[in-house]
Amino acid sequence: MASDWDWQVFCKDTIEGQVQPGCFGSNGDITYLDWLLSAWGWTLSVSLLALIVALSVGALMGVLRTAPSKGLTFIGNAWTELFRNIPLLVQVFLWYYVIPELIPPLKQVSSFVLMVFSLGLFTSARVAEQVKAGIQALPKGQRHAGLAMGLTLPQTYRHVLLPMAFRIVIPPLTSESMNIVKNSSVAFAISIAELTMFARQAGEETSRNIEIYLAVTALYFVSAFLINRVALFIERRVQVPGMIGGPR
Amino acid sequence: MNKTVITFAALMVWSAAQADTLGKVKDAGAVTMGVRESSGALSYTLGDGKYVGYHVEICERVIKAVQKQLGLTALVTRYQPVTSQNRIPLVQNGTVDIECGSTTNNAARQRDVSFAVTTYVEEVRIATKVNSGITGIAQLNGKKVATTTGTTSVQTLRKNERATGMNFDEVYGKDHADSFLLMESGRADAFVMDGQILAGLISKAKNPAEFRIVGEVLSVEPIAIMFRKDDAEFKKVVDATIVGLIKSGELAKIYDKWFLQPIPPANTKVSLPLSEATKAAWATPNDKPMEEYARK
Repeated sequence: MASDWDWQVFCKDTIEGQVQPGCFGSNGDITYLDWLLSAWGWTLSVSLLALIVALSVGALMGVLRTAPSKGLTFIGNAWTELFRNIPLLVQVFLWYYVIPELIPPLKQVSSFVLMVFSLGLFTSARVAEQVKAGIQALPKGQRHAGLAMGLTLPQTYRHVLLPMAFRIVIPPLTSESMNIVKNSSVAFAISIAELTMFARQAGEETSRNIEIYLAVTALYFVSAFLINRVALFIERRVQVPGMIGGPR
Repeated sequence: MNKTVITFAALMVWSAAQADTLGKVKDAGAVTMGVRESSGALSYTLGDGKYVGYHVEICERVIKAVQKQLGLTALVTRYQPVTSQNRIPLVQNGTVDIECGSTTNNAARQRDVSFAVTTYVEEVRIATKVNSGITGIAQLNGKKVATTTGTTSVQTLRKNERATGMNFDEVYGKDHADSFLLMESGRADAFVMDGQILAGLISKAKNPAEFRIVGEVLSVEPIAIMFRKDDAEFKKVVDATIVGLIKSGELAKIYDKWFLQPIPPANTKVSLPLSEATKAAWATPNDKPMEEYARK
C-alpha cells in the first residue's frame, strides 16, 4: 500500500488538476494546499470566536445559577437545559433555517455569524454547568465571610468566589475548549468552507480521500492540542499554592 | 530453485493484480451490490433494506446473467449502502462486488476501479424558482448559487467562473435535500446539480410548479456501474448484459419505468425524457471517461 501514497495531490491546482511548481497557486488560481490552509483558517476562526461567546455567556449563566434569587437561578437553569438538551446539528439548522423564518432580518446574517453563535451558545450551557460546579465546590463559609465583611453580593463574587472557582474549573474548561474545535466540524452543514467540507469536497475531486483525511485529521489534532497547551500554560501561571491544582 | 521462486513471485503478483469477481461470487454463493440511499431515480431506498432504481434494476439483470453463466441454482444478492466517500474503497477492498449508484466515470477513478459501458449520461443543469427571472448561467453573475458538498458540480461551477470571469456566491448544502432547501428558503437564487436529481427534487417539492430547470447544460458526465479493476471476465458479463438490454429495447423500457412513469414511494414522476447524450451513449456502447466527453 505504501507505494500508493500520492502526497503531490496537495500541489495540484483546483481547476485543471495539474501539479504546480512550489505547491502554491498563482494568478488567482489556488492549489489544494492553499485551500487546505484557508479551510484551517475557517475552522480556527469559528472555534475561537465561538469559544469567546461560550466562555462569556457560560460564565454569566453559571453565576446566575448560584445566585440567591429564585428568578435568576431559574433563568440560568432554563438556559442550560435548553441548550444542553438539543443536538448541536439540530441547533445549527434551527438557527439557519427555522429562526430566520420567524425573524426575517436574520436572513441577512451570514452563516458564519450564525455558526459562531449556535456553537458558542451550545457550549455555553456546558460551561455554565462547570462554572456552577466550581462555585458550589467552595465552602459556604467563603460566601458568608465575604458578605459579613460588608462586600455586596457582586463584590463577593468578583473578589472572593470567582477567582477561586475559575481556577478550579480550568481543567474541565480545557476539555470544553478542545471540544469546540472538534464540534466546529458541523459548520460544513451550513456552507462554511472549513476542514470537514474541504475533506469531503477535495476528496471527491481528487479521489485521494486517504491523504486528504490524514492531513485534515492532523490539523484538527494540532488545533485542539494547541488549545490544550495554552490552557495548561494559563493553569500554571494562575495557580495559587495550597489550593486545588497548586503546589502544596 | 531460483526458477520456482521467480514463478511463485510472479504468481503472487499476478493473483494480487487479478480480481476474480466471478470466482468469488461462485464460492460465496452471494453477490454484494453497492447501492445509494438517495441518488435520484438511479438508486435509492424505500426503507426497510429495500433498494430500487434504474441502476439497481440493470444490476439485477446483470446478476441474473452472472447466475446463469456460473450455473448456480441460487445466488443471494446482498445490498450494501455506500456514499460518495466510501464507494471506491469498498469496491477496491472487495466489500462491494458491483456498485449500482450514480458514479461518474472519470479518468482519476479509472486508475482505481473499472466501469461498465455507460448506461446514463448526466447533464448538469440549473434549477431556480419560476419567479426568479433567471433563464441561464449568464444571469447568475453575483447571485447566490447552491450546490452540494462532495459533488462534481462544485468543480463545474468553479471551472465556469474561471472560464467566463463571472463570480458566483456559492452556498453549499450538506446533501441534495439541504441544497434544495437553500433555494426553497431563499438563501440561494439557483441550485446547480445533475439534471435527474433536480427533476426528482422538484417532483417531490411541496409545490413543484414553483420551480423549473433552465438554461444551458453546464457539464456532461457519463454515469456507469462500477466494479473492480482488471477483471476482464466480469466486465465481459456486465457489458454483454447491458449491450443486450440496449439491443432488445429493454433498457429503454427500464428508463421509461424509472424516469417517466410514477415511481415509489410517493408515486411521483421524475419526468425527465431520454436525453440526446444518453441516446448517443446507447448507440455506441463505451466506457469512455468524462474527460473525453468534455473534449468533444
